[in-house]
Amino acid sequence: MTAFTKKKSLLFWLFLAPVIGWLGLLIIIPHIDLLIMSLKAENDMGDLVWSTANYMEFFREPIYWVTFVRTALYSVITTVVTLMISFPIAFYIAKVASNKLRGAYVILLLLPFWVSELVRVYGWMILLRESGVLNFFLLKLGIITTPIEMLYNDATMIMGLVYSSMLFMVVPLISVMESLDDSLVEASFDLGGGVISTTWNIIIPHAKPGITSGCIVVFMLSLGNYLTPNLMGGKNSLWFTEQIYNQFIASFNWNQGAAFGFLLLLLSSLIIWFGLKVTKQTLGKVVA
Amino acid sequence: MKKAILLALMMVLSFTFSAHAGETFNLLTWKGYAPTELIKKFEAETGYTVKVTYSNNEEMIAKLRATRGAGFDLAQPSQDRISSVQKKYSIYQPMDYSQIKSALFIPSMLNAVKRNTAVENNSYAVPFCWGTSGLIVNTAKAPGATDYTALISEKYKGRVSYRLKRPTLIAMAFAMGKDPFALYGSPTEYKKLMNKVADELIKAKPIVKNYWTNGDALLQSMRSGEVTVAMAWDNGGWKLHAENKDIDFIAPASGALGWIDTFAIPAKAKNTKAAYAWINFIMRPENAAMFTNKEKYATAAVGVAKFLDKAVADNFSRSFSEDTIDNIKWYPPVPAHIEAIEGKLLDKIKAAN
Repeated sequence: MTAFTKKKSLLFWLFLAPVIGWLGLLIIIPHIDLLIMSLKAENDMGDLVWSTANYMEFFREPIYWVTFVRTALYSVITTVVTLMISFPIAFYIAKVASNKLRGAYVILLLLPFWVSELVRVYGWMILLRESGVLNFFLLKLGIITTPIEMLYNDATMIMGLVYSSMLFMVVPLISVMESLDDSLVEASFDLGGGVISTTWNIIIPHAKPGITSGCIVVFMLSLGNYLTPNLMGGKNSLWFTEQIYNQFIASFNWNQGAAFGFLLLLLSSLIIWFGLKVTKQTLGKVVA
Repeated sequence: MKKAILLALMMVLSFTFSAHAGETFNLLTWKGYAPTELIKKFEAETGYTVKVTYSNNEEMIAKLRATRGAGFDLAQPSQDRISSVQKKYSIYQPMDYSQIKSALFIPSMLNAVKRNTAVENNSYAVPFCWGTSGLIVNTAKAPGATDYTALISEKYKGRVSYRLKRPTLIAMAFAMGKDPFALYGSPTEYKKLMNKVADELIKAKPIVKNYWTNGDALLQSMRSGEVTVAMAWDNGGWKLHAENKDIDFIAPASGALGWIDTFAIPAKAKNTKAAYAWINFIMRPENAAMFTNKEKYATAAVGVAKFLDKAVADNFSRSFSEDTIDNIKWYPPVPAHIEAIEGKLLDKIKAAN
């Protein structure tokens, strides 16, 4: 090995060190600890012994897996709705808007994310609550006579989730659509294609990697969200993350909580793998 | 050169001017338990810098368990949540009662807390304040709400709010004519009773507007009239009564639930000196009264009567007659395993549709 390559590899490790440190100390080691914790349970004597009881509990007890299925299903709905709203927006920003305005639009999209999620959720709550802004105007305009409670239902919760994850769909879509050659779209129209067939045959296939990466991010963010379901969903919206929190905090059962955490990780990875298979994509292509 | 030395000397002097300048005191407590005025006064008196972290019973235990009792110099759990947690996780250190000015405390309350927080030969806490959970009712909009059963009554549909936490389960059990505390000793019986309570609460789900988690948010929705019957702490009701005479705290017919919050020192507290100093400071009659006047919680300190606002004393006599006081159900120490039973049921209630 020459001195130069030696130096280079040293430099390589030097730059890699923070990443390895980050992954090792903050992700891998805690996860090993959690894994060990999840595989231990109290026996009848109150001692901690190795056991898979925590994992069995998830499948045996309907509240747990039903909550998980519900959470996953609502996350999928959120992802689909986010995609349907974001797609035209991204297309407009990437292809239709003038260069000058494009930056301004992106900033407008980013702006709400300069305040924390908590503040944004509370903003929605002020708007939608029974004595809130929206009800006030509806009453003033005489459209309704008694205020309506718009919070604490599933539709509101999904709207909140869509709102808080929209950016993560729009940005990858914009970047992927910018690389779409305009002449392809023009050619499609010249050959007699309509809006729908052009979108379906030209734009969507081109945007596929962006769609997939956006969907993965939005899905994971929704699945792992705690704040929005809890505050906007109210009394009927047990989210799986809340169940993990409850195990750790309310029941003092860290072992059970750790098992749930791992199940969330495994099952969500499984869902994403399944999604990639169905759309015939590979993770490598999506990330690149 | 001389000037530099003089300057250095002055700097050293100014740092040592107050006894404990620069030392921090980490307090883990509930919202409202450390009023800013008292923190400022304490800092001025002793020189400590006070850092406050707000929490609740469950989170306090989880936080201390995660660090095995490090990170905080003083915690304020409820007296019933100390002994079993201490047995299992050893997150507190024995209270050194010789460092406490015991003359500051109501003797019966100090003794009760000592007894209830005893593990082997040590006790782990001293009382700070006490209060009850019961009903906050908007009597103009929800007349006739006098017991916990109002929380599941069709009459108040959509106007009811409570916490999805263990006090609600216990309150409903009392409202059903049972005594859950008597069943603390036999987990299977307790589970049976709690199952029944959970069924009631699931059936009554269309009636509740939301499960509140934040006290300020609850008071806000009572102010606006969105909620007219709620299960909450007495001081919240009294705070609202000061603004709107229609709203008040009502001790329920089947008994208000009495709690005592304490001071307990985490096992790996760095600054126990400051912890004892804070306890002895905040329990001084004038300081304890200041806290009660502001937050409306009743204090465990003696000799506060002459410092109290008249309205605060009135609150108590208005909500509690002689026999409702006798009817207060005081929380006995929570045995192990009970929390797991309740945790699962609370999940079940929340998940039900």
